[in-house]
Amino acid sequence: MIQVQNLRKVFGSKVAVDDVSFTVEKGQVLGFLGPNGAGKSTSMRMVTGYFRPTAGSIKIGGVDMLEEPELAKRSLGYLPENAPLYSDMTVASFLGFCAEMRGLTGAAKAKAIDRVLDLCFLHKVRNQSVDTLSKGYRHRTCFAQSIIHDPEVLILDEPTDGLDPNQKHEIRNLIKHMGETKAIIFSTHILEEVEAACTRAMIIDRGKVVADGTPAQLKKLVPSCNTLDEVFRSITRSDLEK
Amino acid sequence: MKNRDLANTTAIFKREFLSYFNSPVLYVIVVIFLLAAMGFAFFFGRFLDSDNASLTQAFFFWHPWIYIVLAPAVGMRMWSEEHRLGTFELLMTMPLSPWQAIIGKFIASALVWAIGLALTFSIVLTVCWLGDPDPGPIMTGYAASYLYALGCLAVTSAASAYTRSQVVCFIVSVALCILLTLIGYPGIVDTVVRTLPGSLESVVRFVSYLSFMDHFYEMSKGILVIRDVLYFVSVIVIALVVTNMGLRSKRA
Repeated sequence: MIQVQNLRKVFGSKVAVDDVSFTVEKGQVLGFLGPNGAGKSTSMRMVTGYFRPTAGSIKIGGVDMLEEPELAKRSLGYLPENAPLYSDMTVASFLGFCAEMRGLTGAAKAKAIDRVLDLCFLHKVRNQSVDTLSKGYRHRTCFAQSIIHDPEVLILDEPTDGLDPNQKHEIRNLIKHMGETKAIIFSTHILEEVEAACTRAMIIDRGKVVADGTPAQLKKLVPSCNTLDEVFRSITRSDLEK
Repeated sequence: MKNRDLANTTAIFKREFLSYFNSPVLYVIVVIFLLAAMGFAFFFGRFLDSDNASLTQAFFFWHPWIYIVLAPAVGMRMWSEEHRLGTFELLMTMPLSPWQAIIGKFIASALVWAIGLALTFSIVLTVCWLGDPDPGPIMTGYAASYLYALGCLAVTSAASAYTRSQVVCFIVSVALCILLTLIGYPGIVDTVVRTLPGSLESVVRFVSYLSFMDHFYEMSKGILVIRDVLYFVSVIVIALVVTNMGLRSKRA
């Protein structure tokens, strides 16, 4: 469903993403790992068509993102980092707007809104202004937006960031459940999340893929390490180092 | 496909239009606009003393000066708010072309301004009650005034595409609108022509021809020339193209 080849992004003189390639099929969940500033968000922004890559190709469901962006974006749902929302709308009207942007109207729109309100436990706040929501609700509202059109491809930038442990658990289960029928990429800093929800994980450091495999394979990557956490720390470099 | 384009533009328009009414800023601006438009007409324009059943000098004459401040105040949130909230990223990963969003948003601000301008209807009633005005200049006056406002809004749209700060957008847009107004202001143009050597007069005249004012005057006096309408239309088109360039630069 997602085919990315030799993706490269340069900002000025800084190489943010360097020669990243991967494919994700239906039924797979790919976890993006890496220190802050490694290029995870930049990669996702290119895959979703927000940033234009310096070089490389992106195909979503066989459609080229660079040549036919509007068609490619149709089968894609995206949760950006920090879960942006229009602060002057209510949860239901925001989701209604997103549904309309996805070509849903009338009964189909109402049904889609109800479905995601259910999935993301948002019924209690459906008529509340986005401005007054807590962080967890904001995050889930933006998550709801990304699945309102039941997309085949889902790209989630730190979907569990800022949630409490219960909410993290729910979102993780939701990702795992949806991963059975969709192609999903999500980025995270929480390593046990990778083991819990991913079929495959990639560790990115300074724009390059430094490890790629199932969570079990990654754990065995460095002989002296037993946990994913230790592997992560031994193969990525912290920005605290000189 | 065409239906889809229209549906996208409509959805953007609807959201944007409603969000104007969700914010107190709009109501404040409309009230200030009405107070200023009427205040200028009665106090500076000497609407009643002039004993003239026409709105050109007393009423429409002042509109550009009101618009250069109030149109940017209405339009400043157009794109800068999207940048600030991060919803721009969301919008640009939805299946729509940037043009659909730019046009949808611009039409929303245009309609908001149409409502504001329509609320000045009482002065038309007044002039009809007191005298027997020629309807022609009133209609072209409104057309000229509205086009002027749209020009300022389009300039604001362009400025807002480049910044996430509404304040920066407001200041830059006001400066641009003042510039586009003053380069055609008769008093200033005459002074410049007198100061500069005669050989440059055609250059000065040409620059002043590019100003909003030059095209506004003719129309507000009751002469609806297609050339002046086309001028404002091309200003709007150019400003929206610049908006598109600004939005693209944010995604580079």
